[in-house]
Amino acid sequence: MSETTHPSGAGGHGGHGGDGGSRRDFLLLATGAVAAVGVGSLAWPFIASMNPAADTLALASIDVDLSPIAVGQAITVTWRGKPVFIRRRTEAEIAAARAVDVSSLPDPQTDEERAVQPEWLVMVGVCTHLGCVPLGQKATDDKGDFGGWFCPCHGSHYDTAGRIRRGPAPANLLVPEYAFLDDTTIRLG
Amino acid sequence: MAAQQFKNPVVRWIDSRLPIFSMMNHEYNEYPMPRNVNYLWSFGAIAMLVLIVMIVSGIFLAMHYTPHTDYAFESVERIMRDVNFGWLIRYVHMNGASMFFIAVYIHIFRGLYYGSYKQPRELLWMIGVVILLLMMATAFMGYVLPWGQMSFWGATVITNLFSAVPLVGDEIVVWLWGGFSIDNPTLNRFFALHYLLPFVILGAVFLHVAALHVVGSNNPLGIDTKGPQDTVPFNPFMTIKDGLAMVVFVLVWAAFVFYAPNYLGHPDNYIPANPLVTPAHIVPEWYFLPFYAILRAVPDKLGGVVLMFGAIAVLFVLPWLDTSRVRSARFRPLYKIFFWLLVICSLTLGYVGAMPAEGIWVVIGRIATAYYFFHFLILLPLLGKLERPRPLPASISQPVLRGGGRLASGTVAKPMEKS
Repeated sequence: MSETTHPSGAGGHGGHGGDGGSRRDFLLLATGAVAAVGVGSLAWPFIASMNPAADTLALASIDVDLSPIAVGQAITVTWRGKPVFIRRRTEAEIAAARAVDVSSLPDPQTDEERAVQPEWLVMVGVCTHLGCVPLGQKATDDKGDFGGWFCPCHGSHYDTAGRIRRGPAPANLLVPEYAFLDDTTIRLG
Repeated sequence: MAAQQFKNPVVRWIDSRLPIFSMMNHEYNEYPMPRNVNYLWSFGAIAMLVLIVMIVSGIFLAMHYTPHTDYAFESVERIMRDVNFGWLIRYVHMNGASMFFIAVYIHIFRGLYYGSYKQPRELLWMIGVVILLLMMATAFMGYVLPWGQMSFWGATVITNLFSAVPLVGDEIVVWLWGGFSIDNPTLNRFFALHYLLPFVILGAVFLHVAALHVVGSNNPLGIDTKGPQDTVPFNPFMTIKDGLAMVVFVLVWAAFVFYAPNYLGHPDNYIPANPLVTPAHIVPEWYFLPFYAILRAVPDKLGGVVLMFGAIAVLFVLPWLDTSRVRSARFRPLYKIFFWLLVICSLTLGYVGAMPAEGIWVVIGRIATAYYFFHFLILLPLLGKLERPRPLPASISQPVLRGGGRLASGTVAKPMEKS
C-alpha cells in the first residue's frame, strides 16, 4: 500500500517500484497513446478537407477539337484551371527537337516520349519553376533561345519539345495524360 | 494589498477578484523604463498601434468583401466607389500593411544595433521573429484577396515555393490550393486565414510584451539598469514620448493615404486576375523584395527556397551567433561598421528584388545574398572574439549625474566586464 501512495518514487522507474509502479506506468502510457491516436485521427478530416473537393475532381477531363489548327500554329485551352498548350509543330521544329543529344539535357527525355503524334505537342503551360505561364504561344511572343517557350518571370528557356534547356526551372513542361479519340480530337485527362 | 491603492470601490471590488487594474498599473504605469531610451524605442508601440488599426479597418472591410473568384475584384471596387468611406478604410488598410513593415523593420534593426537580442532577451527576440513570420503570411494572403493580376500570380509563385519540397512537394501544393491551380477554394481559405492570423499575431505580441516586462527594456548603452536612479516610470514619461512618436508616424501614414494611396502598390493589381496571362514582371510588395532577391539569386529551385527561409532562420538563432557580450554598437567599433554594411546589403537586396532577373542584377543579387549570410554566420561569431569593445559606463545615470558624458575609462569599466 505504501508504494502506491508515493507516486513520485514509483512513477519514474518502470518495473523497479513493484506492481504499483509498473501498473501506473502502463496506465500513463496507454492513456497517452489513446489520446495521441484520438487527436491524430480527429485532425485528419480537417487536413483532408483542404484537399480538392469531389466537384473539383469531377471537372477532370475535356475534349479538344484540333481541326482548326494550321501547321505552325498553337492554341491554349483551359484544363483543371490551368492553360494547356497545343502546338502543331512544323517539320523544322520536330527535326530540331529530335536532333538534341538527350543526355545533355537537365531533365532527359526524348521527343518521342513527349509527343504521341510527332506533329502535335500537348503540354500543361505552367513553368515548372514557380508556376508562371511561359510565352511562345503567339507568333509575336518571345520564344526564348531554343525556339520553344520562354518564361518571363525568372528566365527559363524551353525548346520545341517543351524541354527545359536553360534557367531555374528543374523539369520539362508537364505532358498531361491525353489520348486521340480520332485524327482531330483529343481527350485531356 | 494591491487593490487598496484604488479609490473607486467598483474598481477595488473587481481588482480583488480579477487583478486587471493592478496588472495595468504595474505594466503600463509604474513599469520602470531606462531613462536614456531614444525615439527608436517607440517603434514597438507604433507597431502595436498599426496592428490595432489593421484589425479594426480589416473587420470593417470584411463586412463588404466577397471571397469568391467571380465577385472578389468587383466587391473591392464597390468598396472603393459605393461604400460610404470605403475608399478611406481600404486605403488605410492597404497602406497600413506597408506602415506595419516599416515600423517592424526599424524595430528589428534597432534591436540589431543595440544588441537587444542578447542574454537575457533571447526568447523575447525569438517571439519577435515568430511575429515577423506571421506578419509575412498575413500580408501575403491579404494581397491575394482583391483578386487582381498581382494577387493571382503572386499567390501562384509563392505557393509554388512549396513544390520544391522533395518527394511530397506537389501533393503539398495541391493541398494548399484545394484544387489543381489557384482558384476559388484557395481564395476562400486565404480569406479565412487572413482574418484569423492577426489575432494570432495579437497573442504573440502579448507574449512578446510579457517576456519584455520580465527582463525589462534594453537601452542605447546596452547595460543593465542598476536601480531607480537609472529608470523613469512608464507613465507619463513613455506614454507621452510614444504618443508623440505615434502622432508623427500617423502623419506619414496619412500622407500616403490621402496623397499617394497607390504609390506603394502595383498598377497590375487593378487588372482582374487572368489565369492564362502572366504579367511580364511579377514583383512582390516592397517589404518582400529582399527575400525575393535571395530566392532569385540561386539558380536552383530548392536551393533558392531554402536560402530564402534561411534568411529568417538566421535571425532566429542570432542570439547564439553573436558571441560578443557587449550589447550596444556604441561600444563595438567594428560591429558598428558591419551593422551599417548589413543595412546597405539589405537595401541593395530590396532594390535587386524589384529589378528583372538578368544581367548585372543577378551578379549584384548573388554578392549581396552571400554577404547577408556571411554577416550572420561567419562575421558575428568571429567578431565577438576579435573585437576590442570600448569601456562601458558604470551605470546609465552616472554620466548624467556627474555632469559629463566622458568617463575615466579603465577603473570604471572593469566591474562591468564581469557582469
